[in-house]
Amino acid sequence: MEISVNTKSVIEEHMLLSGRVRRSVLEIINRTGSPHIGSSFSIVEILVALYFGNLKVSPDDTHNPDRDRFILSKGHACATLYAVLAERGFLSKNDLEGFAVNGGTLEQHPNRDLMCGIEVSTGSLGHGLSIGAGMALAGKVDGKGYKVYVLMGDGELNEGSVWESIMFAGHHGLSNLVALVDCNRIQALGCTKDIMDLEPLNDKWKSFGWEVRDIDGHDFGQIFSTLGSLSQEKPNVIILHTVKGKGVSFMEDKLLWHYRAPDDDEYKRAIKELI
Amino acid sequence: MRATFFSTLESIYKDNSEMFVLTADLGYKLFDCIKSECGDRFYDVGVAEANMIGVAAGLSLSGKKVYCYSIVPFLVMRAFEQIRIDVAYHNLNVRLVGVGGGFTYGFEGITHFGLEDFALMRSLPNMTVVAPADPFEARCLARASYEMEGPIYIRLGRTGEPCIHDKEPDFKIGRAAVLKEGRRVAVFAIGNMVYTALQVAGMLQKRGIGPTVINMHTLKPLDEEIITQAASTHSAIFSLEEHNVNGGLGSALSEVLAENGYAGLFRRIGIHEGPRDFIGSADFIREKYGLTPECIYNKIMKEIR
Repeated sequence: MEISVNTKSVIEEHMLLSGRVRRSVLEIINRTGSPHIGSSFSIVEILVALYFGNLKVSPDDTHNPDRDRFILSKGHACATLYAVLAERGFLSKNDLEGFAVNGGTLEQHPNRDLMCGIEVSTGSLGHGLSIGAGMALAGKVDGKGYKVYVLMGDGELNEGSVWESIMFAGHHGLSNLVALVDCNRIQALGCTKDIMDLEPLNDKWKSFGWEVRDIDGHDFGQIFSTLGSLSQEKPNVIILHTVKGKGVSFMEDKLLWHYRAPDDDEYKRAIKELI
Repeated sequence: MRATFFSTLESIYKDNSEMFVLTADLGYKLFDCIKSECGDRFYDVGVAEANMIGVAAGLSLSGKKVYCYSIVPFLVMRAFEQIRIDVAYHNLNVRLVGVGGGFTYGFEGITHFGLEDFALMRSLPNMTVVAPADPFEARCLARASYEMEGPIYIRLGRTGEPCIHDKEPDFKIGRAAVLKEGRRVAVFAIGNMVYTALQVAGMLQKRGIGPTVINMHTLKPLDEEIITQAASTHSAIFSLEEHNVNGGLGSALSEVLAENGYAGLFRRIGIHEGPRDFIGSADFIREKYGLTPECIYNKIMKEIR
């Protein structure tokens, strides 16, 4: 879907979509008692921007070899991926009802299913960028124009394999590869700066030969203008400054919501904030 | 064996634009021809095995057939989770070629030995596991591995392995081969131990015991039919492998034999855990672990007496 960026109505439309996605995520997580709502809320805007903006994919043509690829390397945030895929027509409402139920359709980490728009099975951190680099390399060698987007968490950057792939993509100049880092500053046991400080993160990526952009990961204006002006020579990384649990005041910036699913009372309080 | 395998791959590589070759910075001079032929499908990814496997998965998900090369332990153990998830669970056309199974790297020590690879790789879904016995089989396997669908792990020796064939055999992945028909005693061997098994058979023959020798080049999928057939006609069965006795060919055989109610004698010959207070060449170490023809012969004679 082609859109003109930064116009007020487009941004408003995407904000409305983001609200719908958050409500959908809240609903399936509350219903199933699933974890990771905080991590799911921090990536809503980037997924909405991709699937309703830059990503050249279609639910009617899921195997097209020229399609763009998206890999959710932080697979634990898949509730948002499922909600967005449902909004975009890759998944049905029925599919969403099968999230995390016995005999259902969708697990708490994504499984590859191209018909549903899921490119890669993820869940163990530190795999997605290497796989994305392989896809990007194939695209380069084949002279194809597709792009590969890989979304990782900031905690995920602790994995050594991520830096192997950063080195590889930088060395080979995979300009069709776009890494997205969801910097919500909280990982499984606490703040990233206390557990394994990543700063200066920009300089780290730059020194590996990447084009680095640093933006507010909840601001559609910034997201669209960045996605629209990527380097054509180097691999691109967009560091998205986000808030874990974004959108629900009592979840924001709280480690607890990496684990806890809202109970019915919390659900009611949360849904009021998302309307 | 390694040179034969890769020289066979060279001609396939030349003719097939979907074939890619990756190495994690090993294989000195091995890829010169491949590199000069079509450099944009060959990549030395550097000393980074995990990334190599992930990149291979990404290439394969984009329609490529990808060969990944390293020494057995670095290929299999360092990148095991990438192999498990990215390659095996996705059921991708990635060919994992490990050189130096068993004690091949002798003096280089335990870090370079491949003693647990069969156990790990045969536990993975969709994974085919093959160890050719000689250069002729390596050549057949190079071609067969290109044609097949799904992931495969190939354990190769390095160089100078003796031939058990004098021409290309009728080689099929998943189908074991009876090399010598005998009675009473059957020896199932894999990889470099097939040649040793034939030597042992010659020694047993002189004592009037003509054993059956079966080349189990494919560990997964296992040719169960040939095992149950042998079980019905032999009263003593031995497995022979340069691998930990836990989890490899011996374990695979014992599963089939037990489930089919085999009541005869069964012994696993391979590496038994224990302190290692010596260093040496591959042959020296094999002798220490009882994997020379003489040691194996003595063990079999003792067991069947």
